[in-house]
Amino acid sequence: MAEYNEKILDIKNLDITFKTIAGPIHAIRGINVDLMKGETVAIVGESGSGKSVTMKAAMGILAQNAVVNSGTIEFTYIGDNGEKETVDILKQSKTWIRKNINGRRISMVFQDPMTSLDPTMNIGKQIMEGMIWHYKTPKQEAYDKAVQLLKEVGIEDAEKRMKNYPHQLSGGMRQRVVIAIALACDPDLLICDEPTTALDVTIQAKILELIKKVQRERGISVIYITHDLGVVAKVADYVNVMYAGKIVETGKINEIYYDPRHPYTWGLLSAMPDLDTDDDRLYTIPGSPPNLIREPAGDAFAMRNRQALVVDDKVDAPMFKITDTHYAATWLLDPRAPKVEMPIELKHRIERMKKEAEDYGSTI
Amino acid sequence: MKKYVAKRVITAIFTLLVILLVLFILMQLMPGSPFNDEKLTADQKAALYAKYGLDQPVVVQFFHYVVNMLRGDFGVSYKISKNTPIAQLIAVRLPVSIAIGGYAVALGALVGLILGLIAALRRDTILDTLCTVISVIGVSVPSYVFALALSFQFGYKWHLFPMLYNTAEALNSSVLPSVSLSMFTMASIARFTRTEMLEVMGSEYMLLAESKGISGGALIFRHALRNALIPIITVLAPLIVDLMTGSLVVEKIFSIPGVGSLLVNAIQSNDYNVVISLSFIYSAMYIAIMLVVDILYGIIDPRIRLAKDDA
Repeated sequence: MAEYNEKILDIKNLDITFKTIAGPIHAIRGINVDLMKGETVAIVGESGSGKSVTMKAAMGILAQNAVVNSGTIEFTYIGDNGEKETVDILKQSKTWIRKNINGRRISMVFQDPMTSLDPTMNIGKQIMEGMIWHYKTPKQEAYDKAVQLLKEVGIEDAEKRMKNYPHQLSGGMRQRVVIAIALACDPDLLICDEPTTALDVTIQAKILELIKKVQRERGISVIYITHDLGVVAKVADYVNVMYAGKIVETGKINEIYYDPRHPYTWGLLSAMPDLDTDDDRLYTIPGSPPNLIREPAGDAFAMRNRQALVVDDKVDAPMFKITDTHYAATWLLDPRAPKVEMPIELKHRIERMKKEAEDYGSTI
Repeated sequence: MKKYVAKRVITAIFTLLVILLVLFILMQLMPGSPFNDEKLTADQKAALYAKYGLDQPVVVQFFHYVVNMLRGDFGVSYKISKNTPIAQLIAVRLPVSIAIGGYAVALGALVGLILGLIAALRRDTILDTLCTVISVIGVSVPSYVFALALSFQFGYKWHLFPMLYNTAEALNSSVLPSVSLSMFTMASIARFTRTEMLEVMGSEYMLLAESKGISGGALIFRHALRNALIPIITVLAPLIVDLMTGSLVVEKIFSIPGVGSLLVNAIQSNDYNVVISLSFIYSAMYIAIMLVVDILYGIIDPRIRLAKDDA
């Protein structure tokens, strides 16, 4: 993989509110994410935890009613003059972002390929459009490159498919086309917003393989937004666990899977379907995420947390350092806190996962 | 596509024949006859019936009618303008109605589309509200009110356009009736365009297009409008026929020699041939416009075009 030392995206203290008829919704409550070149970072969380909003902010495609209260999204790229430049995307105009960032340097793969392709434009045109728009690529050259891209994303009969319309392709093929569109202008960063959620399981694995292959060959950075820890395990180097607009635990993939510290991460891991268990019930986290119109005092997860402490209802926990790469926002890590262990079932499960990983020589 | 069009044309011809038959039967069922004059004796009436072939069985009459029509002979008027061939009667009036209706459709669709686009792109601003107000007025106020208002302001007070239709300056005299007729179309299309555009702009593929970096006119016209146009055309099609076939009230206000008033006269005086001919022409126009609309769908929407090729 490419060198890990260059920072490409650095989100600091991002805070976003949505103005709605019901009142302001404080959707993103101060989050930090960074991403090195060639690396894969996953943002994991339930629906409505603010995963997509964060990345839409980085793409400059936030909904009209979103207000950025504070924070920076610093993106580093090689500018047109060949020199390295760093910009705060949040400070740039929409026009500038469209011209310089979208498609060219950061691309996005959306969740549902059934709805994310324009039904009235053939897929060849949809792939060529970005190149012609950004680089005024001559038509023939763009066409050749589009055919090449379709081959790269594993579509057979690429030449013939160029004239096809989205409705003529299956879901998996459409998602491949969406990836080809995203790659059309050779971006540095690919944001995948639940890229496999709308696909059936056999296709999911293939699409993940494809994204991994593309990443390996092009050395680009990838951000996954997902609620599926199974997906994360297959692809990510780093994991950010998000809850109610905040990152509650962050760490390397092994740290999150084998040594989770936040009760919410425990819940997520426990809720993964597992075939090797005696228990025939699937664990779910009780309750649902808080409505951020009324922002909870203290830890937003406290009301759903069996291990909650009294302090959780009053003051939100800061990020406690566990290792240089592993942090979690839970009072359980405070030296004054009572000793609370993760649920015993989860402990067994993690041990089993570790053993399996060793048996298969896998590196997750 | 070609195969599809051919199939549609053949279906259209059969449909027209059926319509003709139904019209014919309806005419037979209508009470009274063109020769209701009390001064006519029974013998005279019988002579008249014989002269025009009305004494023959319906089937024979229908057969004669269809054969003559294929030769371009729609028969003669019995009453409105005695013994004038109907083709001649309609030939002078239909183009006037079609022209005025055509201007009205073009104007209404164009202005409606622009208003709807502005409203959608400037959603929740004063412009949006303004467009909404205009379209509510356009939909709810009947065309003859516009006709009277325009005629008073632009015709009577400012002398900009003639108050009454004048064949010598057809274009100039078409302005006021066309504008008043276009208001409903404009308003419906504006409202519809706004709704459709908002829906399209909220879709995932628009987000994808934006995330590719596409912006401005290319985003609106290449991606949004094209998708929004499909349902808009569906709404527009029946409005076109409605306007082209002439509006009685607006024709009366501007004393336009159109087909709207001709039809009403013909119905009141049992002038069979005129009624059948006009109804038949209306049906033919309706079918033709629907065919054009369907072909347009195919051009805009590949899902329809490609499905048709398979058929």
